[in-house]
Amino acid sequence: MSSLAEAYSWINLRYLLQGLLVTIEVSVISIILSFILGSILGIIRYIRFPFVSAIVGFIIDLIRNLPLLLLLFFTYFGLPQVGIKMDPLTAAIAAMTVFESAMIAEIVRSGIQAVDLGQMEGARSVGMTYWQGLRVIVLPQAMKKMIPPLVSQFISLIKDTSLATIIVLPELLYRAQIIYGQNTRYMVPMFIALAVMYFVVCYALSLVASGLERRTN
Amino acid sequence: MINVFTQHWQELLVGFGNTLLCSVIALFFSLIIGSTFAIFEVLPYKLLHIIGRIYIEVFRNIPLLVIGMFFYIVVPQFIVTLDGFTAGTIGLTLYTSSFIAETVRAGIQAVDDGQMEGARANGLTFMQAMWHIILPQAFRYVIPPLGNQFINLVKNSSVLAFVAGFDLMYQGDTIASTTFDTFNTYIVVGILYLIITLPLSYYMRYLEKKLA
Amino acid sequence: MKKLKALLVLTGMLLLTLTLSACSAESTQQNALKRSQANNTLTWGVKADTRLFGLMDIKSGTIKGFDIDMGKEITKRVLGKKGHAKFVQVTSKTRIPLLKNGNIDAIIATMTITPDRAKVVDFSKVYFAAGQSLLVKKGSPIKDVRDLNKDGMTVLAVKGSTSAVNIQKYAPKAKVLELEDYAQAFTALKSGQGDAMTTDNGILFGIASENPSYHVVGGAFTNEPYGIAVDKQQTQLKNKIDQAIAEMRKDGTYEHLLQKWFGGIAGFDLKEASQQ
Repeated sequence: MSSLAEAYSWINLRYLLQGLLVTIEVSVISIILSFILGSILGIIRYIRFPFVSAIVGFIIDLIRNLPLLLLLFFTYFGLPQVGIKMDPLTAAIAAMTVFESAMIAEIVRSGIQAVDLGQMEGARSVGMTYWQGLRVIVLPQAMKKMIPPLVSQFISLIKDTSLATIIVLPELLYRAQIIYGQNTRYMVPMFIALAVMYFVVCYALSLVASGLERRTN
Repeated sequence: MINVFTQHWQELLVGFGNTLLCSVIALFFSLIIGSTFAIFEVLPYKLLHIIGRIYIEVFRNIPLLVIGMFFYIVVPQFIVTLDGFTAGTIGLTLYTSSFIAETVRAGIQAVDDGQMEGARANGLTFMQAMWHIILPQAFRYVIPPLGNQFINLVKNSSVLAFVAGFDLMYQGDTIASTTFDTFNTYIVVGILYLIITLPLSYYMRYLEKKLA
Repeated sequence: MKKLKALLVLTGMLLLTLTLSACSAESTQQNALKRSQANNTLTWGVKADTRLFGLMDIKSGTIKGFDIDMGKEITKRVLGKKGHAKFVQVTSKTRIPLLKNGNIDAIIATMTITPDRAKVVDFSKVYFAAGQSLLVKKGSPIKDVRDLNKDGMTVLAVKGSTSAVNIQKYAPKAKVLELEDYAQAFTALKSGQGDAMTTDNGILFGIASENPSYHVVGGAFTNEPYGIAVDKQQTQLKNKIDQAIAEMRKDGTYEHLLQKWFGGIAGFDLKEASQQ
């Protein structure tokens, strides 16, 4: 029992919570960036600009089908060889954003496609331009369909920040390892703390999302 | 790039094989576990429903890396020694099964309620109706999303690198950190992953279109 | 700023992943000595999981150890009394990329001087003479490296370290598992993932001092001279560092630091470690 109290001393907890802050910081920035970039890419892919959309689509497919861990390694260890250099925080944000944008682009594309084509025809027949129809009629409906997959993507993103421990980003998992590395009796308490902290953040997000969904319906 | 492959093809091939192997094993078991919990969720028993919910939420909201490391360094101290490959594959199975449970549940619920009623009216028990009538139809709905789960599984198996699981990522990582040729090594590793995932991904899109 | 940088980098990365061609890096390195003099700060890559050399003090959030004290002292001698030493955490795998990235000016992180590494970085003179050894649970039948050279034996090492390469030479029959860092390797040993852990003796003594049921066996079976690494072409900085080390050896500061960290460690040979 005493070792449990020691493991959860304020000193250790504070150290972990600072890590949780880094985790949240990386997550929030990556979510915002990848939502913007992913939406743009998804729309480009849906609209089928000649040539551009095909290339964008292929790049998205390549990135989507690679492990995030590989992209993270590549960004941090590989790119410096061709002159692109980043610190761990920037590298983590960059790799997560590239990966998640590709995932989100796919969600956005299929979300738009799921909206009935008739809707666009209807919009055109009442005199709207293609862009007006897309913006006023199609996108808002697609948005509703996209919320659940987007939220689970964001939850994945939060969990995936733990991979950045490998490039020595001092986030939650890295700090837990530092603590139990110094005193292996803290191993179990640290794993419990990790599970609880990640769970609370991710589950809270999914609760907020389902609340949001109910309100929009 | 060619150099990386010609000099290290043996290690890379071992890694490629292990990545495939652990993905297939994890897919098999997570299908069984995931479907079981999905059925828990649609059965009219409150307790099973709660158990299913807890299982799914727990494994969906904790990073795979944390789960995998738990089996690699915590479990062996108290229960049984697991090597990196086994620990990683167990972690992968539990993590993926929670997603598969969600997918299968959605599939079951997509099957029309009238089907169950009809089957019951014809004298089938609930479990018989589930097994013979509902599940076969549900699986038709869930094949494309399950395919995507398998692609995720292959990608996620890269966390085996962290627990010395001798998968593709681990092998690539050791080559990169001894040759210092990180750029080319990671590209070769990436191509090897794409060989598995890209065709699968295009096939799933084709299936989705065909079934829609 | 960081967000902006990330965004800019994104566009470049997308293109790069496509082209798949490896053009070699152009050398746009500035003079590290001049830069650190201008900022009055020298940035060091250090270990944070290695007792005695560089270990995170969770209470204060700072890293402490022999490498840190050396780094502080050398900084003062290179930049002057008011010079500021900044410490960035690295692992064996991440330190060379970080140096090449320009995130750190020098590495002082239990790094052995080897011909392979000397191709990519420049080393100072030796500041600590370590040797590779083994850590096992007390009561283990393994007495030295020859006991490991059997089928079914598993050794734990750290990715990117010389010991991971050496052990395959000394015990070719043993299976080697490479983990991310020392903390991971030791927790793996504790969890029964291997029969022994191998790395340099100084590091192993540090682990054993905190975990009395484990001990170092077999003595050193390799020579691992530690050097401070700077990027290629940073000769000016390297010379300044060499000069500082020589001064420290002469005026007793070096001896004092060695005594401070390793004086109380049973079985540790100070004389051997201070060899040049």
